[in-house]
Amino acid sequence: MTQTSTSGVTPSTGAAPLAVELTGVHKHFGTVHAVDGVDLQLASGEIVAILGPNGAGKTSTIDIILGLSQANAGQVKVFGMEPRQAISRGLVSAVMQTGGLLRDLTVAETVEYTASLFARSQDLGTVLRTAGISTIADRRVGKCSGGEQQRLRFALALLSNPDLLILDEPTTGMDVEGRRGFWATIRKDAEQGRTVLFATHYLEEADAYADRVILLRHGKVVADGTSAEIRAMAAGRTVRATLPGASEALLAQVPGAETVEVRGESVFVHSSDSDATARYLLTQTAAKDLEIIARGIEDAFLALTGDNAESGAATSGATR
Amino acid sequence: MSTPTIAADVAGRRTPALGGFNLTLLKIEIRRLTRNRRTVVIAIVIPVVFFLVFGLGQTYDTQRVGHGNVAAFVMISLALYGAVLATTFGGALVSIERAQGWSRQLRLTPLSPVAYIVIKVLTALVLGAVSVAGVYIAGAVTGKASMSVGLWIGTGFSVWIGSLLFAAFGLFLGYLLPAENVMQLLGLILGLLSFAGGLFIPISQFSHEVQDVLKWTPLYGLNQLVHTPLLGNGVDWTWIVNVLAWLIIFSWGAVWRFRKDTARV
Repeated sequence: MTQTSTSGVTPSTGAAPLAVELTGVHKHFGTVHAVDGVDLQLASGEIVAILGPNGAGKTSTIDIILGLSQANAGQVKVFGMEPRQAISRGLVSAVMQTGGLLRDLTVAETVEYTASLFARSQDLGTVLRTAGISTIADRRVGKCSGGEQQRLRFALALLSNPDLLILDEPTTGMDVEGRRGFWATIRKDAEQGRTVLFATHYLEEADAYADRVILLRHGKVVADGTSAEIRAMAAGRTVRATLPGASEALLAQVPGAETVEVRGESVFVHSSDSDATARYLLTQTAAKDLEIIARGIEDAFLALTGDNAESGAATSGATR
Repeated sequence: MSTPTIAADVAGRRTPALGGFNLTLLKIEIRRLTRNRRTVVIAIVIPVVFFLVFGLGQTYDTQRVGHGNVAAFVMISLALYGAVLATTFGGALVSIERAQGWSRQLRLTPLSPVAYIVIKVLTALVLGAVSVAGVYIAGAVTGKASMSVGLWIGTGFSVWIGSLLFAAFGLFLGYLLPAENVMQLLGLILGLLSFAGGLFIPISQFSHEVQDVLKWTPLYGLNQLVHTPLLGNGVDWTWIVNVLAWLIIFSWGAVWRFRKDTARV
């Protein structure tokens, strides 16, 4: 790129421009608060995952960033402008989950159609190759498999060489290999400064590929950090042991115990101090076969987004 | 503001000219239309068949009417029927695009909603032109229709431009109705409106009370106007009021539904 910075913009040192800036954003449908006061700042070049259970407000938040729906309150800026302005400049593109393609066009026609809409677009052949669909260019979209259609949507999103790419459940319907290849492509682009925001149900995907994970619950951000930080927020370990005749009331008195669970002869003590819990169980009770289990990001996710979780605090254990 | 919000390459980005309207879009849209066999058959083949079956072979075909003959009169009526089918269908294709989520996909591109509507209307007009040409070619090849060259061109052009009214109608109903069966429903509605507007039989066949009502149906005014050059009988102001009123109603409806749609999508 050879563009020089415009006046008033500080040269490259220090603060990177914000790709997305949400301030106090609210969106409600009737009495349902889909987005309930979200603040969010994405810097250029970050790969950020939005995680949350169904109805947490992931898609509503993405729709607002893309200008597909209007926030009822709050400010939305994408590269410092209104979402629609950013889109019409080809700065932002998105791969949505379903639909969005005309069945009676061919793959190549769909790409040509979309490319013609941008002031400047990438070479069509290159985009088809990058997305891995050059061999099916002449096929009707209606005859393509779900995975092929998804790759076509990805190709469309790359056409404008966007600075921000938004992906809603991007690898749904892809096999493991396809998923890995997809993320390798995304990472390579991000190294060149592209910001990527994706919503996913695959916790391990967020864990493995995102620099930063944002957890949403009931339209609020309940955690925001690296996946290691998220795990630490729901800190603690689970101590499991075999202890016949244990009662939950008594176990709750065990040092470090936060929540306890009895399943048959097994007891599970979710503990903030697993050493103290284990020492107590082994010396003061008849517990045996003791195990100490670290929580994964999945537990952290459940702890932070579960319905019995206190907002923002890691108190409850894995539920069910 | 302390944070710089414009990156170097952000400043270099431009929006497309004309809200994204371009000839590649038109080319692909027209190619798409030709793939929709049912639309092509209904909008082009049926009016020609109607003309050949019902319009010709009558004893009064060659009877003089105004500056031409009866066959020319019938040809204009059926060309209007075809053009109206074509432009309505062209406009109503938005319902299929909405159902397939394509409208939403387009909101992620620089294409402006107005440019999208312009593309839809132009595509509908191309199909309408082919439909008019089909009936006129049938009229010329069979050698029955007779009027001056100026009238062939003048009436054909009036029919084509007049069908714009129904591009608005198609857009309105395309946004209003669900995609399933919208085409069948429109075919039925247009058949009824064509009867009411006097495209198939003169409305003078009906009683005066019925005629008074039919004169305010959407195709009556347009049908009268496109026959005026042939008949040379002058224009009644109520025909113009009819066309303008329906144009306002259909356009208002299309804009209303379109606004709703873009707010919700």
